[in-house]
Amino acid sequence: MALTTNTILICAGGGCISAGEESVKQAFERKLKEFGLDTVVKVVETGCMGACSLGPLAVIYPDGVYYQKLTPKAAEKIVEEHILKGRVVPEFLFEGEKEKLTIKEKPRGAEEIPFFARQVKIALRNVGVIDPMSIEEYIARDGYFALHKALTQMTPEEVIKEIKDSGLRGRGGAGFPTGLKWELARQQQSDIKYMICNADEGDPGAFMDRSILEGDPHSIVEAMTIAGYAIGAKQGFVYVRAEYPLAIERLQKAIEDAHAYGFLGENIFGTDFSFDIEIRIGAGAFVCGEETALMHSIEGKRGQPRVKPPFPVQRGLWGKPTVINNVETLALVPPIILRGASWFRQFGTEKSPGTKVFALAGKIKNTGLVEVPMGITLRELLYEIGGGHPQGKQIKAVQTGGPSGGVIPAEYFDTPVDYESLGKLGAIMGSGGMIVLDEDDCMVDVAKFFLEFTVDESCGKCTPCREGTKVMYDILDKITKGEGTMEDIEKLEKLALVIKDSSLCGLGQTAPNPVLSTLKYYRHEYEAHVRDGVCPAKRCKAFISYVINPEKCVGCTACARVCPTNAIRGEVRKVHEIEQDACVRCGSCIEVCRFGAISKVTPAVSSAVAR
Amino acid sequence: MSKVKSLEELMKIKEQAIQNIKMRESGKRGKIIVAMGTCGIAAGAKDTLKAIVEYLSELKIDDIAVVQSGCMGLCEVEPTIEVALEGQEPIVYGHVTPENAKRIIQSHILEGKIVSDLMVKRGEV
Ligand SMILES: Cc1cc2nc3c(=O)[nH]c(=O)nc-3n(C[C@H](O)[C@H](O)[C@H](O)COP(=O)(O)O)c2cc1C
Ligand code: SF4
Ligand code: SF4
Ligand code: FES
Ligand code: FES
Repeated sequence: MALTTNTILICAGGGCISAGEESVKQAFERKLKEFGLDTVVKVVETGCMGACSLGPLAVIYPDGVYYQKLTPKAAEKIVEEHILKGRVVPEFLFEGEKEKLTIKEKPRGAEEIPFFARQVKIALRNVGVIDPMSIEEYIARDGYFALHKALTQMTPEEVIKEIKDSGLRGRGGAGFPTGLKWELARQQQSDIKYMICNADEGDPGAFMDRSILEGDPHSIVEAMTIAGYAIGAKQGFVYVRAEYPLAIERLQKAIEDAHAYGFLGENIFGTDFSFDIEIRIGAGAFVCGEETALMHSIEGKRGQPRVKPPFPVQRGLWGKPTVINNVETLALVPPIILRGASWFRQFGTEKSPGTKVFALAGKIKNTGLVEVPMGITLRELLYEIGGGHPQGKQIKAVQTGGPSGGVIPAEYFDTPVDYESLGKLGAIMGSGGMIVLDEDDCMVDVAKFFLEFTVDESCGKCTPCREGTKVMYDILDKITKGEGTMEDIEKLEKLALVIKDSSLCGLGQTAPNPVLSTLKYYRHEYEAHVRDGVCPAKRCKAFISYVINPEKCVGCTACARVCPTNAIRGEVRKVHEIEQDACVRCGSCIEVCRFGAISKVTPAVSSAVAR
Repeated sequence: MSKVKSLEELMKIKEQAIQNIKMRESGKRGKIIVAMGTCGIAAGAKDTLKAIVEYLSELKIDDIAVVQSGCMGLCEVEPTIEVALEGQEPIVYGHVTPENAKRIIQSHILEGKIVSDLMVKRGEV
């Protein structure tokens, strides 16, 4: 161990794995072995480094140089050049470093790259930095010091007070004050209480919880133990979805190692506090992330929500007082205990202190995970950190909060990102998924996408949610197919309000949000579909036609050859035409035309053969 | 692994782990470059490298990076190392056996005195 001279940290987050991390790692190891360097250069897999669109990523220490988009060949070259000869390999450097770096210059570390520099990493403090399988590396970064402090220097009440003072709010979506939740649980008279970590993470597009579990599992073990001490629980459960096998494996190892060191089990740190954690694996239904459904699922029953109150802190798992916290919420707990509430409050805003992790997806350059202080504006988040649109186009809106959230149009991008401000706009913070939309995204289609999700995921217990979302989906489908009426739009709005009011759990109560918010800001797009037969984003197939511009067409026949339905007619070197009745609007022809002769138009052209 | 009962024990694990991690972080006072070309390795550069890293960690010196490089082009005096401290002219040493490596660390790194009988070159190779 002490022999290590260079360390290669390679990102083994989901994004980088699917980009080929495994083969890159093997190439590193093979090449190191070839030079006899395998004993002195350590290859460590970390959790997500947050720049997934540029993966696979690796950082070479001691220099702290980031490399992106690695291939096995690139890995070999880095070993030969960088590791062996100490020379940076410019062609694979992390974007943004490239222009500024000539080979002789000193490599630049994370502090100087804007994507990293604007972020404040608290929940993700160790993700991508330490070896998640090494408890020692976690300890080296002050791991388990907060637990020691809580158990030996603080009463449970003091722990709760610190969390209350910090203003920490639940990162699982609703933003409920964590300290208050713990206090309510503490006040319950019961010999048995439970502490649950909610790692169900059902919001499509969000993956911060998975990244934390994969990249820093001990932070969850430590936080749950602190929470257990605070509320008076001896048993904890982590509820993880089965789709996260790597997270489960690493968490399992973390629990075992924590036992070996005595951070879990009987008499932790020699005190009379004992605590243990078990992993429970869920089948991955969205509704099982809802706290009462989640508890039913742990009890072995069907994962359906029940009426609240009684709240879980009153009657939770097996009828006992139970606290449920989200993964990211918990990851923030040890630093707050160690460094104090006022330290935490220096980040974020008065009502939303601290940081939040966001998963950027869609039409944005730097897709991936970012952690920023709350109160940062959407513009800063999307442009300075996200890097703006990948092709430099206008960003139209951003969808936050997944299927429970809503869209925020570009006019509002100066809004600070915090619970209240987003809520006022009809969107929500949610778990932190952000889907960036541009002019090619149709708002009716976006709403339909999320409704389809909720229709599938509704547990079926309450009628408005089960039937109502289906009716809403059908209306949206009608509109996108060109069969909608103006009455449909009104019906949609009415239904949305009824479902919101009459559903039992958060799933149904929030399912109409994507529709309501798109109707609020983009009603004209709905109306354009219904009244004018136009899809402004040229997305809905019923409203578009592909046409060939005879001025530009040179008759190369490329389009005719790719067309799956032989809808394109024309002779070599003569102008081609698309027969609209035969065209299935697959878009293949537009891709292959090198002369820009084919375009999409809306409304659809009616004649059988259009030019 | 025994159970951790006190802050002192926790601190000890932390310090040990930091030692290990520091090796890969930047902000060093200087570096020792070990030539690990084919000829260097054939002349025993691997043992030299090992000795250097071990001796540094024995002395708890953590602000000196140990870097490997390719052949410095001084094959006849291999194993060679270059000691480059911040703000000073780099010194290349030849015939650096594990024993000599210790002498260099003791004298050059700790006491700031160049080991003249092993020096082959001043300045960048
Ligand atoms: C349909 C539905 C799905 C939910 N999914 C999750 C989830 O995947 N992860 C999560 O932490 N909270 C989820 N929640 C919120 C939980 O019910 C609960 O509020 C949260 O775990 C509390 O933790 P926090 O206070 O730390 O945010 C969901 C809620 C609803 C209504
Ligand atoms: S690819 Fe373009 S130029 Fe060629 S035949 Fe098709 S439309 Fe005409
Ligand atoms: S859009 Fe598809 S089906 Fe229609 S003409 Fe082009 S290639 Fe053929
Ligand atoms: S998975 Fe590697 S940066 Fe995200
Ligand atoms: S899996 Fe990590 S941000 Fe991609």
